[in-house]
Amino acid sequence: MTGSVGAPAERREGREKVGGTARYAAEFHSPGRAQAWPVPSTVARGRVTGVDTAAALEMPGVLTVLTHENAPRLAEPDDPTLVLLQDARVPHRGWFVALVVAETLEAARAGAAAVRVAYDAEEHDVTLTASHPGVYVPEDANGGHPALREQGDPDGAFGSSAARVDVAYRVPPLHNHPMEPHTSTARWEDGRLILHTSSQGTGAVRAALAGLFGLPEERIVVTAEHVGGGFGSKGTPRPDVVLAAMAAHETGRPVTVALPRRCLPAVVGHRAPTLHRLRLGADTDGRLASLVHEVTTHTSRIKEFVEQAAVPARVMYAAPNSRTVHRVAALDVPSPSWMRAPGEAPGMYALESAMDELATELGMDPVELRIRNEPGVEPDSGRPFSSRHLVECLREGARRFGWAGRDPRPGVRREGPLLLGTGVSAATYPVMVGPSTATARALPDGSFLVRINATDIGTGARTVLAQVGADALGVPLERVLIEVGSTELPSAPLAGGSSGTASWGWAVHEACAGLAGRLAGHAGPLPAQGLEVRADTTGAADSESEFARHAFGAHFAEVAVDTVTGEVRVGRLLGVYAAGRILNARTARSQFVGGMTMGLGMALTEGSTMDAAFGDFTESDLASYHVPVHADVAGIEAHWLDEEDSRLNPMGSKGIGEIGIVGTAAAIGNAVHHATGVRLRELPLTPDRVLTGLLDRWT
Amino acid sequence: MKEFAYVRAGSVEEATSAYASRTGARYLGGGTNLVDLMKLGVEAPAALIDVTRLPLDSVEELPGGALRIGAMVRNSDLAAHPLVRHRYPALSQAVLAGASGQLRNAATTGGNLLQRTRCPYFQDLSKPCNKREPGSGCGARDGVHRDHAVLGHSAHCIATHPSDMAVALTALDGRVELVGPEGARSVAAADFHRLPGDRPEQDTEIRPGELVTGVVLPAATAGLSSAYRKARDRASYAFALASVAVVLRLEDGVIGHAGLAFGALAHRPWRARRAEEALLGAAPTRAAFEHAVDLELAAAQPLRDNAYKVPLARNLAVDVLSRLTDAALTGRAS
Amino acid sequence: MGNLQHHSPTTLRVNGKPRTLTVDHRRVLLDLLREDLDLTGAKKGCDHGQCGACTVLVDGRRVNSCLLFAVALDGCEVTTVEGLSGDGEEPHPLQRAFLERDAFQCGYCTPGQICSAAGVLAEAAAGHPSHVTAPAAPSGEPVPLDREEIRERLSGNLCRCGAYPRIAEAVEDVIS
Repeated sequence: MTGSVGAPAERREGREKVGGTARYAAEFHSPGRAQAWPVPSTVARGRVTGVDTAAALEMPGVLTVLTHENAPRLAEPDDPTLVLLQDARVPHRGWFVALVVAETLEAARAGAAAVRVAYDAEEHDVTLTASHPGVYVPEDANGGHPALREQGDPDGAFGSSAARVDVAYRVPPLHNHPMEPHTSTARWEDGRLILHTSSQGTGAVRAALAGLFGLPEERIVVTAEHVGGGFGSKGTPRPDVVLAAMAAHETGRPVTVALPRRCLPAVVGHRAPTLHRLRLGADTDGRLASLVHEVTTHTSRIKEFVEQAAVPARVMYAAPNSRTVHRVAALDVPSPSWMRAPGEAPGMYALESAMDELATELGMDPVELRIRNEPGVEPDSGRPFSSRHLVECLREGARRFGWAGRDPRPGVRREGPLLLGTGVSAATYPVMVGPSTATARALPDGSFLVRINATDIGTGARTVLAQVGADALGVPLERVLIEVGSTELPSAPLAGGSSGTASWGWAVHEACAGLAGRLAGHAGPLPAQGLEVRADTTGAADSESEFARHAFGAHFAEVAVDTVTGEVRVGRLLGVYAAGRILNARTARSQFVGGMTMGLGMALTEGSTMDAAFGDFTESDLASYHVPVHADVAGIEAHWLDEEDSRLNPMGSKGIGEIGIVGTAAAIGNAVHHATGVRLRELPLTPDRVLTGLLDRWT
Repeated sequence: MKEFAYVRAGSVEEATSAYASRTGARYLGGGTNLVDLMKLGVEAPAALIDVTRLPLDSVEELPGGALRIGAMVRNSDLAAHPLVRHRYPALSQAVLAGASGQLRNAATTGGNLLQRTRCPYFQDLSKPCNKREPGSGCGARDGVHRDHAVLGHSAHCIATHPSDMAVALTALDGRVELVGPEGARSVAAADFHRLPGDRPEQDTEIRPGELVTGVVLPAATAGLSSAYRKARDRASYAFALASVAVVLRLEDGVIGHAGLAFGALAHRPWRARRAEEALLGAAPTRAAFEHAVDLELAAAQPLRDNAYKVPLARNLAVDVLSRLTDAALTGRAS
Repeated sequence: MGNLQHHSPTTLRVNGKPRTLTVDHRRVLLDLLREDLDLTGAKKGCDHGQCGACTVLVDGRRVNSCLLFAVALDGCEVTTVEGLSGDGEEPHPLQRAFLERDAFQCGYCTPGQICSAAGVLAEAAAGHPSHVTAPAAPSGEPVPLDREEIRERLSGNLCRCGAYPRIAEAVEDVIS
């Protein structure tokens, strides 16, 4: 072992990214490339009765307008959000009803504005309430989790508990908004489809295209060399992929579809709003007797996606009696989908806020309350944990943060107009891993080439996988070359669910270890083409584990609440994680901090509103949907324990891409309560809500 | 965006006559809002008269101590100008509280005044908006309106004016200078923007073809202090939920001059005349500030989801009044 | 080249080289750089001046290139991330600092952050105040850039990966 793993190796593509030469999906110029602009529907439910394209087609530079009347017929996809321009129905506002293809961006935009669409609009319903008559308990929530789990007698145990918390929280719709909008550039060559796309996994893109266009996968090449963020919203193909392929097919030209920012909230998925009811019953020592987490959320008419927000409650605390249930209403809304830590992010906001309320109720330190409810085995499944260390995270975080001696009284720390407070939350995220293939080749010049269709969406996958390969080969890092981001490479799963590095790394490790073994037995010079070993972790990576495998963490926040304006500023945010072995200290820290930053946004600034009358998200652009800016982010620190867990994968790693967002909003909300004495149960904690709460309490 | 003709004007005269000779013309300043609206299709000019190279890009002191700010002075240069910073700090602070460094480098003084509401219904061609399309209705009134007006709104429009700068100009008794086909005139900044009434499509008192050539601020007499404060959804780069500009002078222990204007509460920067009257001659106490501001805000008519703006504006105004008087009484610069 | 009424010959100096094109008046600088000159370093994140990914320097000042009609910039000097370090092979100190600090992840906002930071350094040196500069700070003198100043001044550049702390550190490295 040469010890590459764990080292803070510099990003391999860093030079290209800081120099502006890294190419993203819209940036593959080829002769004759056309640009396309979508036309979103302006009704929330109904049918297109006519599309008048005459004015658009007369415009200089407009090549064609695709509608459901003339677009190529596609085979039925698995994902109903990709049934584009195939029929007249409009399942939600913002659904694409036409695509203008033109010589230039300007002509495409002007053409799209000139398309006239007539609708037969129907009454729509987009308003989610806990008592919505359409609410039902689905079979599964996202991730294949059973929608309902019950242990013991949660209602009876709650009723007889000495300390009780029965509260409701609301998390609004949230949008991924990666900095690079969803974009694809497609061209057809001799019956082959070549696509550059901004995706978290090109394998799924190719599979979808093969199905839709009835092509064998060998005739499709999908690359995603650099991807400007995704956070779940590029986990599977989105409309740009299909539209670009159709438009290129119809025009015979390369076509780029770069979705306008304002279109994204309606067509790339969003975090569905979640309404939470939490009931915690405990004895006077704080030991939970009952834990009930009930979640109500929405999905679209065309696709059932259920944010699995009650699932973390099955993992976190020892409660002999529990119920975790998801309910969903299918409304005339855009289809929700994955956004960074689906389930855990909103679910842990609610659970960890309720734990704080219980601590207040009991007069107990909230760190201590959590420690007191540490389970011996995974509460819902009864399986032993492969590793946990939540208590260690809480203790280490408390030590680093200076939690000891904290005055628990709310609303007593004043600095001029500011009220100061601190808060804590736990975090968890499951360990997921999937089968992958990879090849490793020893080349005569002494270098090694690792090839795998991993996707580097900013996580540093290239760098980390090279580190894994170098150690398995026992060679210095700089001798390992790596190729990722194309379906021409050995197949591998997507970058999602914090599973990428574990899945890909396993295959890279196997291929490189296998190659090292081959080389050990090889005498003489290498053949000109080198020596290659292929690995496939099917059967190993996807085998059932007898262990409950999760990463854990603790978040601590310090806030200042301005009593003049209700503005909340986070002075300090500290995370400590137990996430297995950290493979690259440098890129890992960036991911943890990035997740915490998104959590800060979830706490304070982010949220959108479903407009009941029009059926769309009002905050559709980056001026109105407030992602945090530099000025919002003061001191963020991420630390981790040296956790060893041999029950994960050959690297001993857990995923790190999502846990940073989990619980962060609760830590901040709990700190706001500690600062002000006001318990706000709806995110985000914007000045209007905070000030109103302050006025209610203090006047 | 529709195709358009482009004319670069070399003089004010050239600009106004180019405007007059074309239908559907618009003046192009920094473009930070106009280009945005053209991309959305909200604005669709047939011709743009580029006025950014007009010689209106300086800040100059006039005889008697008034200050003229050319309409083409970029927001960042305005905020950094020594005379502005030291004599009219509210103006510098207001400009710096708005937008981003990049936008302030492009946006002009004239363009900032003429920017349009960020009401989401105004920006979306597929929704009704009386401001964009008179008679089509107002999507915001019963829709999402947390950011909308609490003062001076009408059945036709509840939009707010988004400028920070204009709020300071209003409190500072600035005047907007205009040149048009019928010659030059000036309008008080406080009267430049309109209330929506039944003609919300008219943001300002500007007449067709008129060009904003500058803004004049009256001389900042000794002892005059001013400040601007804004509350927003994130720490920077967001429009105001409410803001206030305060101009104050203490004379013999009482308030000798008060200029007070609110931002983000109305269709125009809201000059708080009632509050000013109440403050004049009063001793600068917190109770006096609260009383005066409450008099002003008694006229507020909050909508379903924006009642918070009233206490927010009250707190902001009382806070800035208190800070300015504290600074004046302790002899510190504001 | 299309209707003369709607197109005009325009000359820009881009990264030191004169470029003359007949531009559609609707073409914004960002699209001209990306589509006509194949300088794709400046990114399109929102197309409406709301994210800063398109930030370049025009006549030395940072601006959102998505909101500037190219025709209106005739005669202007444009510097993009590709030209920030001049002709040299060596990266600009900001680019080096971003690398060393790992001040990015997906990289999409990075060119805009770097160009914006270059603008910030020039603005502070020229004495331009920010929202967080003390009102009493002297005019015309360089403004010292502490962490709070850097954060405020860079707030027009969104980063969804959350590299903000690292970016501020990188800018600090270049200042010191």
